Amino acid sequence: MDKVRLQREAAFIRSSLLDQGYLDEQFIQLEELQDNDNPNFVEEVVTLFYTDSARLIYNIDQALLSNPTDFTKLDDYMHQFKGSCSSIGAKKVKNECNGFGEYCEAQNYDGCFRTFQQIKQEYINLKKKLETYFQLLKEAAQIK
Amino acid sequence: MNLSNVKGSTMSTPSSSGSHLRSTGDAVSDQFPAGLRVLVVDDDPTCLMILEKMLKACLYEVTKCKCAEAALELLRGNKNGFDIVISDVHMPDMDGFKLLEHIGLEMDLPVIMMSADDGKHVVMKGVTHGACDYLIKPVRIEALKNIWQHVVRKRKTGWRDPEQSGSIDEGDRQQKVSDDADYSSSANEGKSSKKRRDEEEDADERDDSSTLKKPRVVWSVELHQQFMAAVNQLGIDKAVPKKILELMNVPGLTRENVASHLQKYRLYLRRLSGVSQQQNNLNNSFMNPQDPTFGSTSINGIDLQALSVAGQLPAQSLAKLQAAGLGRSTAKPVMSMPLVEQRNLFSFESPKLRFGEGQMQHLNTNKPINLLHGIPTNMEPKQLANLHQSAQSLGNLNMRINASVAQRSPLLMQMGQSQPRGQMIGENGSHVNQLPTSLLQPTVPNRISNGVIRNGIASSSNINAAYNQVPQSSSFLNFPMNQTNEMSVRSFPLGSHPGISNITTKGMLQEEVTSGIKGSSGFVPNYDIFNELQPQKSQDWDLTTAGLTYDATQHSNHVQGNTDVSVSPSVLVHPGFTSIQQTGQNRDTTSSMGKDMFSIGEGMDQGNLQNISQPQNPLLVDNSVRVKAERVPDASSQTNFFPEQYGQEDLMSALLKQEGIGLAENEFDFDGYSLDNIPV
Repeated sequence: MDKVRLQREAAFIRSSLLDQGYLDEQFIQLEELQDNDNPNFVEEVVTLFYTDSARLIYNIDQALLSNPTDFTKLDDYMHQFKGSCSSIGAKKVKNECNGFGEYCEAQNYDGCFRTFQQIKQEYINLKKKLETYFQLLKEAAQIK
Repeated sequence: MNLSNVKGSTMSTPSSSGSHLRSTGDAVSDQFPAGLRVLVVDDDPTCLMILEKMLKACLYEVTKCKCAEAALELLRGNKNGFDIVISDVHMPDMDGFKLLEHIGLEMDLPVIMMSADDGKHVVMKGVTHGACDYLIKPVRIEALKNIWQHVVRKRKTGWRDPEQSGSIDEGDRQQKVSDDADYSSSANEGKSSKKRRDEEEDADERDDSSTLKKPRVVWSVELHQQFMAAVNQLGIDKAVPKKILELMNVPGLTRENVASHLQKYRLYLRRLSGVSQQQNNLNNSFMNPQDPTFGSTSINGIDLQALSVAGQLPAQSLAKLQAAGLGRSTAKPVMSMPLVEQRNLFSFESPKLRFGEGQMQHLNTNKPINLLHGIPTNMEPKQLANLHQSAQSLGNLNMRINASVAQRSPLLMQMGQSQPRGQMIGENGSHVNQLPTSLLQPTVPNRISNGVIRNGIASSSNINAAYNQVPQSSSFLNFPMNQTNEMSVRSFPLGSHPGISNITTKGMLQEEVTSGIKGSSGFVPNYDIFNELQPQKSQDWDLTTAGLTYDATQHSNHVQGNTDVSVSPSVLVHPGFTSIQQTGQNRDTTSSMGKDMFSIGEGMDQGNLQNISQPQNPLLVDNSVRVKAERVPDASSQTNFFPEQYGQEDLMSALLKQEGIGLAENEFDFDGYSLDNIPV
């Protein structure tokens, strides 16, 4: 594929992510931080996010499996996770987290469990889309 | 100035790239605020990376830190190496507010808090703890562009003539005093003067283009002792900076210095008293140990009570302990912890100091454990964790500890002497709690405190009682920190809280200690383990304590070398829990013993241990290095409790069952204390 085409495709993915609420303003902030000194800053941050948040997701999963359920811990992990999501602009995932927090407060295990499955789903969705996006950018950059 | 340096430096030393800002205090350099030296603390690596980039984009000089402990170390190592600190609120190793307090007391730098949590109460907490700003995550670069204003503001206040600013203070910081309604105006002044003092305290080398730098006042142990003596003499309510200054008669000290220090001290007292009140309430409920699981319910009751009286255990903690003891699930202990932590702010400081920097570090994580060692508390794991955290922070506060210790020591001494037993001096004497435990013997305290302080952790809940014991600073051993004074203070609490609660905590601490000693950073996991083990502990603790108490007495000989407190194992390990149960005091002693152990390790002479007479918790083990589980492991006890057996419930139970579990871990100089009981 030629460079321009690749770039256009990447741009399309990006704007749809923003329009559909997968990503928000914060993502744009990250893009603005990117410069010649750190040409892959955004990708690095996103990669770091996914690596680090995988650990949090694992912790939450484990906490959901343990008995009795420690809602405090769950809330704590979720708080961290949410903070991370917001820092890269993962809007949809972050919003799902709010629901989880409410269930935690109400100590509603089922609610927490279900919501978390949804969170994970959104999380994976976004990850795939971003991976494609960065891949396209990379390919485009390699051309010429 | 080297703008290029700014961009590239992540962990650059302050001196290097800040040179551009190092003007002679003349007019603000054109470059300012570029080159502002910022320290960012956040456990979230994603956020940290983003913040670093943003700050660099603002042309600041950035240093990243993943954990609060490391940040404090860094700050302490480079007293004037940073201009401003940005810290997250929720961090695993230490609460952001605690870090904030430490920084405020030790370095007086402007601190900005940040969090994804924008709840009003959290933001308010930031305000009351002295944060100069609060940012909501995700942080935007625009918000960071203006952080330099906080630096300038702090400096400017100190730039004025102290006398002049003094008068200005009264007028202008009234809002700060809102919570100090009962404080004299000096308190208000203290607050504002504190800000000014920041300016004054900026080191000369600190490059501050905008203000005149004055040497920072370092509140050493001696200085703080003098301060405490003056305050006590005047009476806490009548203590005004001017009079304190006169009494102290320290050349070079200004009224503002004293005022701001007084302010901090009052905040600290206030927090302590808030906790003790809660505890008192709890005590009543706990006073009837009915649950056999506690083993010596009476003891437990006593302990709990004592603890609450001492304000050591947050009411909630007590409740939890009770619940735990009774086999119930308790509510989140988290709540209680904050109180404890706060309290510990001062009290723990001492312990921390004792260990010396190096040790402390190590102990930081262990800290919580140490404190708890002496005090068998049925604290919930969470609580322990909290204590842990606080303990850790305590460790970091070398300076603070000294001061606090110093202050405490005199008080404790007084208290201890007048009422050796059962007196807990939470604060300089203003808060004297009656502790049932008689552990607080004047003589003992010294030792205990040493031991206790070391552990810092141990003292967390029970320690308050320890204050009475002995704040002697001099006798403390080699604590690197020279904080002997503190040590004594610390140890008391442990000693004084014999109850089961101590045991529990001990157990927990032990675990943590072990890890701490090992240098592992796995405390956090320990907590979890404790949680699991917790339920079983209540009973065991009692036993443990019992065993400990015995051991405690035996300790006296162990104080080995520096950190090993080896208590005669044989004695310690007693299957005779019963004996322990008899005496609530035993518990205390045990805890104190434990403390002693620490101190002993530090270099305290064994004699101290003896003084403790009450079996102190051998478990107190000082996480730090010493723990040499010398105690001759009782045949029945297996001391390995801590070491690596974390989280095994069976282990826990097994340990608990053993009486007098010898100290398995070398790290714990328990000398045969039944640390084994402590579920690792």
